[in-house]
Amino acid sequence: MSDLTTRKAAPILDIANVSKVFDRNGSSILALKDVNLQIQKGEFVCLIGASGCGKSTLLRIMGGFESASSGVARMYFAPIEEPSPERGMVFQDYGLFPWLTVRQNIAFGPKQRGLSEIQIREVSDHYLNMVGLDKFADYFPGQLSGGMKQRVSIARVLANDCEVLLMDEPFGALDALTREALQQELLDIWEKTALTVVFVTHAVEEAVFLADRVVVMTAGPGRVELDYKVPLDRPRCITEPEFNRVRQHLTEMLSSHVAHRKTA
Amino acid sequence: MLLDFAFGGIYDDAFSESLGIHWIRSVSRVYAAFAMAAIVGIPLGLLIGKEPFIRRLVDPTLQMLRPVPVTAWLPLSMIFFGVGPKAAVFLVFLGAFFPIVINTTFGVKSVEGRLFEAAAMLGCKGASMFRQVVLPAAMPSIFNGLRLGHGIAWFLIVVGEMTGVPEGLGAAIMDGRMLSRTDVVISGMIVIGFTGFMTDRFLVLLNNRILKWNPQHNV
Repeated sequence: MSDLTTRKAAPILDIANVSKVFDRNGSSILALKDVNLQIQKGEFVCLIGASGCGKSTLLRIMGGFESASSGVARMYFAPIEEPSPERGMVFQDYGLFPWLTVRQNIAFGPKQRGLSEIQIREVSDHYLNMVGLDKFADYFPGQLSGGMKQRVSIARVLANDCEVLLMDEPFGALDALTREALQQELLDIWEKTALTVVFVTHAVEEAVFLADRVVVMTAGPGRVELDYKVPLDRPRCITEPEFNRVRQHLTEMLSSHVAHRKTA
Repeated sequence: MLLDFAFGGIYDDAFSESLGIHWIRSVSRVYAAFAMAAIVGIPLGLLIGKEPFIRRLVDPTLQMLRPVPVTAWLPLSMIFFGVGPKAAVFLVFLGAFFPIVINTTFGVKSVEGRLFEAAAMLGCKGASMFRQVVLPAAMPSIFNGLRLGHGIAWFLIVVGEMTGVPEGLGAAIMDGRMLSRTDVVISGMIVIGFTGFMTDRFLVLLNNRILKWNPQHNV
């Protein structure tokens, strides 16, 4: 984290010495230990690591769904205490409201903010169009494919003017083709907006394709092992040799840390 | 026979043309009691499901009362309400009440935690959460409870009307039995079956309309 001193702007998200202890069946598990992480406005950051490394827990702390046992998570210097519209979460299992249509799901946030019917209509039209679901506006989530559902859940947090997009393995349950399409769409949306994205994944290729920075986490207890700036220009192409080199480099680091932990 | 029971003109005895009045009496009792059971049962179920304190307070009592066959309440309800239609209505109310309250409670308790998180993250809070998340999510279970309760309501009206009620389908069946008028007994059974079926269809229609979103719940 040597380049930390060179940054001037305040981080949008600041994770300072965060630890998290879970009490399960009487025994306590240290899920995160002294995690420090700063995320700048507009950055695309991927959290990567094996299962159980606490990457989802860290994301949930950023979202306000969990509280840190010690240390503090801040957004613009204000401690994060509860879920809030400015930090939109996209869950792997979508979390859509099955009784609302696609349009109503997208309109859910704007409705909470008390916008007028006309404004809500405009906002939902705009985001339906952005994720290409105009024709499916009156469908229920149960009638959609996984990829479409995930588009809806992205659209509904965007419709609520979120500044930070927190994504918890959002494309993990999708087939390869849909995943690639959605990765590209996500990048397009990110480039069009001033969004900051924190994206949890366990796929190295996905992380290298998407992220400005890849944060590698290791388990037992979960901590940040490495903060790696992806040295590739955009748009990236996964078949380029340079891309492959970065991917291999990152894979090696990831597995060496895992191996190191096993022998230790 | 069913014809004479309904319109008269064949036997012209005490049963002739009396179906209408029996039917009206039974139907109004069933629906009044069923409506009361829904009006009390659904809010109570929502409360029990949502508030752990109320659950601890009320649930043990409910679970203890539940295995007692509602027909066993008949003597008591006669003491409470006197011999007559009120006792029958109470019986129907009690019978419909349990499935409604228990299914509603279940529906509220089984709302996915993820949906609360999603709603909170989108800016939904407090009472609004209840109306916009808990209620719609519990709706399939509430409908299950209503349909079950409705079936039991028809079952119990006959039992309730068999003692000390002059008019009603149950009373007609009982009178038919005592006078060896098996045709009246069977006619009464057919009418009950048909009426119950029609009401259930109506509930199903309502169910399919409100729960359009839920493919598993369209019957």
